[in-house]
Amino acid sequence: MNTGIYGQLLDLAAGIFLLAAVLTLWRRDLAAIVRIFAAQGMALAAIALLLGLHEHRWDLVAVAAGIAVLRVGVLPHLMRRALAAGAAAGGETRETQPLVNVAASLLTAAALTLLAYAAARPLVRLAPSPATRALPVGIAVVLIGFFTLVTRRRALSQVVGFLLLDNGITATAFLATSGVPLIVELGVSFDLLLAVLVLQILTTRMRVAFGGTDIDDLRELHD
Amino acid sequence: MTPLASAVLLTGPVAVPLAVSACYAVPRRRALSAWAGLVSPAAILTCGALLAAYVPGHRAVTTGGHLLRADSLTAWMLLVVGAVAALACGASPAYLAGERDAGRFTDRDALRYGALVHAFLGAMAAAVLAENLGVLWVAVEATTVVTAFLVGHRHTRASVEAAWKYVVICSAGIALAFLGTVLVYYAARQAGLSESAALDWPVLAAHADRLDPDVTRLGIGLVVLGFGAKAGVVPLHAWLPDAHSQAPAPVSALMSGVLLSVAFAAILRYKVIADAALGTGYVRLLLAGTALLTLAVAAGLLLAQRDYKRMLAYSSMEHMSLVALGTAVGSPLAISAVLLHIAGHGLAKSVAFTSAGRILQLRRTSRIGRVRGLLAQAPALGAAFGLAVVALLGLPPFSLFASEIGIVRAAFADGMGWPVAVALLLVLTAFAALAARTARMVLGQAPMATRAAAPAEVKVAVGAGVGGASRSDPPAPAEGRPEPPVDERPVRIGAAAWLPWALGLLACAALGTALGPLGHVLHAAAAVIGGH
Repeated sequence: MNTGIYGQLLDLAAGIFLLAAVLTLWRRDLAAIVRIFAAQGMALAAIALLLGLHEHRWDLVAVAAGIAVLRVGVLPHLMRRALAAGAAAGGETRETQPLVNVAASLLTAAALTLLAYAAARPLVRLAPSPATRALPVGIAVVLIGFFTLVTRRRALSQVVGFLLLDNGITATAFLATSGVPLIVELGVSFDLLLAVLVLQILTTRMRVAFGGTDIDDLRELHD
Repeated sequence: MTPLASAVLLTGPVAVPLAVSACYAVPRRRALSAWAGLVSPAAILTCGALLAAYVPGHRAVTTGGHLLRADSLTAWMLLVVGAVAALACGASPAYLAGERDAGRFTDRDALRYGALVHAFLGAMAAAVLAENLGVLWVAVEATTVVTAFLVGHRHTRASVEAAWKYVVICSAGIALAFLGTVLVYYAARQAGLSESAALDWPVLAAHADRLDPDVTRLGIGLVVLGFGAKAGVVPLHAWLPDAHSQAPAPVSALMSGVLLSVAFAAILRYKVIADAALGTGYVRLLLAGTALLTLAVAAGLLLAQRDYKRMLAYSSMEHMSLVALGTAVGSPLAISAVLLHIAGHGLAKSVAFTSAGRILQLRRTSRIGRVRGLLAQAPALGAAFGLAVVALLGLPPFSLFASEIGIVRAAFADGMGWPVAVALLLVLTAFAALAARTARMVLGQAPMATRAAAPAEVKVAVGAGVGGASRSDPPAPAEGRPEPPVDERPVRIGAAAWLPWALGLLACAALGTALGPLGHVLHAAAAVIGGH
């Protein structure tokens, strides 16, 4: 592939990847957040695909296909199912009142992105290339995911935060080193899938036990 | 060692528990004997003992194309995992029988419990045996997934809350460790290591001096933070008291006794890489800082503790911070003491948690203030719980005494006097809190004698009639059915229940008096980590 086009496409995919993370902070409608998450998975698969085509590594193309299946198909499907169960039980389809309001969240996302670029400077300096120059995007999504995790109050939003965090790490791995060894990648994806399944079941139990999935209701255990 | 022997010894500790787990998982006509649970600990212990006899003085054993590897540290950790698993699985039949009598466990629950516990053992053995740091991460994360439903097994509000916090905090924390692993892999690839070698621990440790220091510093920081979450040290420790207090007692024993130290063993592996790449100062600063903060949090919350299972959980945090402090010192003496501490804590804590589970079944409350005169009501139970806490307090003859002395001596010899002096002060606070609470629970008059004069009992009886007088009592747990009155007649504890406790306490005391043949593997394991 032409190096110039490769670099531009890679930057485009990374840009969409970061934009999707910011959009999840902007939208309150949980169904829309799940759609945005699927779009982000698509961008992540595109990054892996571009790297694979550029380096003529067909195993990476296969990994990209696997990522697309998991993060565009399976995980959003699981979340939609949890969402449908919630809507049937009591109409919880919106993130009612996040701990930090939308405007402040977006400003924080900007600050976290700047922080990611500052923190990732030694990473880019080690081996400058079109891929590693996009690496801070991965770190930024990790930070935004962590922020979502601690400020959102619906159980499903927390799951989205956790998955953003994981998408960010996977993107970092691809941009830095064209992905971790295959066996590790497989193990990580399997663990991720199981963790989301566990969280989905726990969400259902939480709805039965607490009558909702507001994390603020979880205050049975404290010192 | 022949390839076949090494393949059997290395895959056994992972494969046997997974096979046992599968046996529990498949539907069957006849119930599986409760004692089938002892097969996996026996396999782990046997393989660990054979490896411990062979590995010191030889090259590390590997199998499966460098997927699994055992050096002295692996052998030591396998022995600890096996011993604690034997105690926990040995205590399981009595615990499950108690739960079944109380109507909280059906036969199906018991089968699911067996399947999950043995999968958990397999995941921990895999984490200890993994040669590739990526596979190590996968195994540690697998323990979270497997134990989630053990923590949340009761479907009550408290149980669901504990499971949710456990999965979210541990998965997010351990995700950070994966980011750190990716960064270390990046540094290794840029240092010229091949794709298969760049996460391979022995290769990475041998070539660590070629890693880029800035990238490695960031990576190791994230790894310590992430695996620290799983090892129960600050800042991501909030899951620990909730999960340990809600899980079934034998699972609490496993989580506290070995899961924390298995996660910490991952930090020990990364420490070797960090010391070679960055010098010893960086990890020492990180670990000493977290250790003191954790110790302060644990001591503070122990002082205000009113629930005995949470009290044991905070005591685990206290001991993990001592382990972290010893690792920060890093001399061979300190690492030996740390490994001995891991073993002693595992044994004592599993006795403490399994006996606490029995206390909960007996008295149906986990409030310290409502438990009195255990020794008078059930001498075996009171003695086991009391002696386990005495061991956790670090009193002789138990091995925690020797290991705490070792950590302190090594710290003073290595110029870490100040942090250790602060730590000792905090440990003393925790000591006072633990000792006072346990003495109240264990000693005192027999409940039959105190009942006549017990104001709490009278108040409940009056409160039911008058209304309002019992307002100071906490609301009864939302179980959906009224609790029958607590039976306070003297209770005989069967041999199936007290034998694991006696064995655990004896082993802990034996480790404290003489290491015997274990000394060899302990010092070899310390040499694997404490090279400087």
